Amino acid sequence: MLEIINLHASIDDQPILRGIDLAVNAGEVHAVMGPNGSGKSTLAQVLAGRDSYTVTAGEVRYCGRNLLELSPEERAREGIFLAFQYPVEIPGVANIYLLKAAINARRKHRGEAELDAMDFLALVKDKLKFMGMDEALLYRHVNQGFSGGEKKRNEILQMALLEPRLAILDETDSGLDIDALKVVAAGVEAMRSPARAIILVTHYQRLLDYVVPDRVHVLSQGRIVRSGGPELALELERRGYGWIDAGEAERVGAAP
Amino acid sequence: MASEALRLEELIDRGYQQGFYTALETDTVARGLDEDVVRLISAKKNEPEFMREWRLKAYRHWLTLAEPRWSSIVHPPIDYQAISYYSAPKSRKDGPQSLADVDPALLRTYEKLGVPLAERELLAGVAVDAVFDSVSVATTFKDKLAELGIIFCSFSEAVQEHPALVRQYLGSVVPYTDNYFATLNSAVFSDGSFCYIPPGVRCPMELSTYFRINAINTGQFERTLIIADKGAYVSYLEGCTAPMRDENQLHAAVVELIALEDAQIKYATVQNWYPGDKEGRGGIYNFVTKRGDCRGANSRISWTQVETGSAITWKYPSVILQGDNSVGEFRSVALTNNYQQADTGTKMIHLGRNTKSTIISKGIAAGHGRNAYRGLVKVAKNAANARNYTQCDSLLMGDRCAAHTFPYIEVKNATARVEHEASTSRIGEDQLFYCQSRGIGPEDAVSMIVNGFCKEVFKELPMEFAVEAQKLLGVSLEGSIG
Ligand SMILES: Nc1ncnc2c1ncn2[C@@H]1O[C@H](COP(=O)(O)OP(=O)(O)OP(=O)(O)O)[C@@H](O)[C@H]1O
Ligand SMILES: [Mg+2]
Repeated sequence: MLEIINLHASIDDQPILRGIDLAVNAGEVHAVMGPNGSGKSTLAQVLAGRDSYTVTAGEVRYCGRNLLELSPEERAREGIFLAFQYPVEIPGVANIYLLKAAINARRKHRGEAELDAMDFLALVKDKLKFMGMDEALLYRHVNQGFSGGEKKRNEILQMALLEPRLAILDETDSGLDIDALKVVAAGVEAMRSPARAIILVTHYQRLLDYVVPDRVHVLSQGRIVRSGGPELALELERRGYGWIDAGEAERVGAAP
Repeated sequence: MASEALRLEELIDRGYQQGFYTALETDTVARGLDEDVVRLISAKKNEPEFMREWRLKAYRHWLTLAEPRWSSIVHPPIDYQAISYYSAPKSRKDGPQSLADVDPALLRTYEKLGVPLAERELLAGVAVDAVFDSVSVATTFKDKLAELGIIFCSFSEAVQEHPALVRQYLGSVVPYTDNYFATLNSAVFSDGSFCYIPPGVRCPMELSTYFRINAINTGQFERTLIIADKGAYVSYLEGCTAPMRDENQLHAAVVELIALEDAQIKYATVQNWYPGDKEGRGGIYNFVTKRGDCRGANSRISWTQVETGSAITWKYPSVILQGDNSVGEFRSVALTNNYQQADTGTKMIHLGRNTKSTIISKGIAAGHGRNAYRGLVKVAKNAANARNYTQCDSLLMGDRCAAHTFPYIEVKNATARVEHEASTSRIGEDQLFYCQSRGIGPEDAVSMIVNGFCKEVFKELPMEFAVEAQKLLGVSLEGSIG
């Protein structure tokens, strides 16, 4: 579904991603881990199409197409969803309005009729209940005054509504209390399907206890320095990143 | 970052949609201003002596004044002798007796503007007093309103039919000596609307005027007078839009509102005059004096304005809170793009006891636009327990525009409570990207963000006006369900 080949990206001429290779197939869940500042959010945002990053080399193919050619909104309509590490506040805009606009943009793109207010409300209430969210959040302004946990849940609510083909969750588990983590994890687990791929950016094993990944990748200084199965995350939890960074330095140093 | 700013600008940078010009024969007085021109205007309108004398006093006073210089607005000098001070559309007889008598080109103009002049107005509940250049050409629903004792007519007609009311109230809120532009207006005003709601009557429909500037080099000097007698209620809508013109055109209107005991007046404006082109050429100079007087106890006046047009906007709709427990409100959205300049705000003058005022100002600046909020809150010595809440928010798009806030507060009574909040934000690339990453295109995203920013003001507008306001901002209204 997603194939990233030798991806380089920089911001203000400063290279951040320095040759990422990653393939994610439909039905798989991949975890991306790595120390602060290693480029995880950059990778997520580049995939979603943020234009403040410049792709300087490499290729990204998504469902057989050149992803980098598409605008962010086209990517979203084609089924890519990014749950933000820091969800953005939009004052004065009701949350429900954003949700409805997002759903209908997608439906229109697929040639489907726009949902009317009644159908939309029924759908949204259903998902809301699943996420254990208060209906009042629908009528509050987008993310404004939401607690950290409410913001994260709101991202997952959007994901559940938009039913993406490729979901990228950037530290959606950070800042959640234990109960909220379970709700979010259940939300993600429910999204797991043979037709869908999920990339989880996370620092913690906690989430991966609930949502067991097929693959785990470690990002360091803009490169994937180690990939493995779920056991890799457990090892990181025990040993930290130090041993990988050291190994990486050796490997890079030894290269001709 | 620079390219990001440019892209945002492109989105909000749509050409002026209302630019077309109707070829009409006009009856125009030669350019220039002197006492004879003032007398001529008065004579053409067949005015009684008190009106002529009032105009002449204003003219003589105007000669002693100089243009105000305290605002942040910059413009080349205005040649007041290059302006023609009277222009009326020609119709077949002396004046149109019905819509059938009105120049078809004019009706088509209104049609293009979407001004409802036919039956559908009745369904929409709107009575329209359409002003084309300087003379009212159509007034509808007068009969229906007359049954309730409501007078809603052109100012000229009011001078003929209700001279006592005009004489009693004209200049009682904005005296002819008030300021340079109001004084000029008092001398040469051409026409406008007059409205009187008798005691205890609630006006059953929104009253509305549409203004349009169309003749070359013709200054527009509208005069509006609205009186809500004891316990009366009226909601009034003023909408403006102009055809694309090259010359700068001066507009100096005066609006006076009077609310007696327990009366309420709501006055809403959507202003979309030609703002000039991208380089700042052309466009309307809009110098307006609007003031309401809460003359009676428990009266209430609210101004709501959406200002998107004009090259220059100089406008401070104000409320004098004389009556005890009276309430004044001002809500404003002002958008400046390209080289537009707006210096706008309000004055709330607290004179009575327990008077309350609220000010919500939303300034949006894009391109090279300059947007200033200037507001005065004054609490007089005897105005015990006066309260004011002011909130001024500015939204910047791109990095070449500017927004400034000038709050002036004068409090002479220790029991007053005056609160002021201000914020400035930029449409963030992160907000835009967040919406886009949800599949919402950048145009719709900007609309959504701007609409959200203006929400507190838009929600005060009557529905049909809110629709117009959002169109003017190039956006779709938020919240059919929100
Ligand atoms: N706009 C920017 N300007 C300059 N540097 C940036 C910018 N955005 C990101 N960076 C830098 O890029 C690097 C990678 O940042 P990124 O946010 O991708 O890290 P991360 O792996 O998501 O970290 P965390 O675990 O803390 O979320 C960091 O060194 C960061 O400072
Ligand atoms: Mg991050």
